[in-house]
Amino acid sequence: MYDRTIRRRRLTLAALLACSLLLLTVYFGESNGGALHNVQRGVFSVFAPIQEGASTVLKPARDLFGWFGDTIDAKGRLSELESSNQQLRARAIAGSEALRVNQQLQGLLNLDNAGGLAAAKPVSARVIGRSPTVWYSTVTINQGSDNGIKNGNPVINGDGLVGQVSTVSGNASIVTLLSDGELAVPARVSAGGAQGVAQAGAGGPEDLRLKFIARRYRVDPGAAVVTAGTLSTAPGLQSLYPPGIPIGSVTRVVDPGTDAQKIYLRTYADLQKLEIVQVLTAPINGNRR
Amino acid sequence: MNLNYRTLGWRLALICVVTVVFQVAAVSQVEILGAHADLVPLVAASVGLIVGALPGAIFGFAIGMLLDFALVETVGVASLILLAIGYASGRLRELRDPQGAIVPLLVGATATAAAQIGFSLLTFLLGQTVPFGWSLLWELLGTVAFNAAIAIPVYLVIRRCLLAALPEDPRRRRRRAYTTGGLSPLSRS
Repeated sequence: MYDRTIRRRRLTLAALLACSLLLLTVYFGESNGGALHNVQRGVFSVFAPIQEGASTVLKPARDLFGWFGDTIDAKGRLSELESSNQQLRARAIAGSEALRVNQQLQGLLNLDNAGGLAAAKPVSARVIGRSPTVWYSTVTINQGSDNGIKNGNPVINGDGLVGQVSTVSGNASIVTLLSDGELAVPARVSAGGAQGVAQAGAGGPEDLRLKFIARRYRVDPGAAVVTAGTLSTAPGLQSLYPPGIPIGSVTRVVDPGTDAQKIYLRTYADLQKLEIVQVLTAPINGNRR
Repeated sequence: MNLNYRTLGWRLALICVVTVVFQVAAVSQVEILGAHADLVPLVAASVGLIVGALPGAIFGFAIGMLLDFALVETVGVASLILLAIGYASGRLRELRDPQGAIVPLLVGATATAAAQIGFSLLTFLLGQTVPFGWSLLWELLGTVAFNAAIAIPVYLVIRRCLLAALPEDPRRRRRRAYTTGGLSPLSRS
């Protein structure tokens, strides 16, 4: 009897192990349209409304605990913010002057404001779930293909670029964030126009790197980095991101002016505290400038 | 151990779904000092510690599978790791039967560390980009610390949920036996 129990236990354990390894192998071996991926999307579609309901119900509790976390974080950032506040005030004065000049220039150039992001058919969505692990940098949003969202659509919030839609079901989508090392965004340094690719580096998920910047470009800390949009004139080589969306600011430059220069960015969007985002569902003019 | 398998099965299924929903919809979105709690390895370890190795392994496999499906992540990774956690904590209970009040805390913290390191290793072996660095280490340590802090309440909640499906607590039986005077080591001296 005792032997039979042990045998049964070992058999079940071996079966579960084999099942896990088999699923892992099949999942990796098949394409995105494979049977296991389809089952996963089906489960995701069923799970998403439950997740959305739970997210709404649990919001007060989340806010309460979030408040504790924010308070602790805020204390740590107070002195840092006080020093940056002075710099920002000086910049704000210069900025308001630049804004006045800019408005005049805009009037002269007759720039079409409607050609901004409103033309990209933005769909607003709420973040209803988040991966608990740091190496899967994804969030779940409550809008899907029923609202016109497609794989690869860029996702933004009020601060700038957040990421890109990577999986879509009818009523929900998974957004891969900029902090995922697999995501690379064509980017441009606002001042100077140096173009490269922004991608999460090995140093940390929120420490983005601006790669492939030619040595002739000088990039200073504090410089703003925005999406480059489509650079190629070939019709098949269209960027997924409209030009001019803010990505982040340069935090430091290692070995500047060399081919090996390393440019580090911090995203404008706080990827840890996403609540409302917008998905840009239509490219504007092939995402060209 | 005479387990009421049907009641136990239903309760474990319910715990599995509620844990995943609660983790994804709430706990993962609450960040304190750059880290957040991860209920899933805690619950898997608690179930193994309460009901034994085999149900613990099955529960770990199921909750891992549900997590992979719900988050559209690589199927099989979480189930493999949580299966090992459920089984290991169940075997600890079967072989050692630790009785200290601090046991759930130690098991929870160890399970969390094992899960985090296991995820990193498997992700790395599967060729995905793992953001190695201080921020990852900080997040791992933070998660282990948070989980250690909530391990005992989580264990008690899970134990309370499963109590009706469990046989009488062996600890309670042993304490009663001491009072009869028959088995106490003191009575033999």
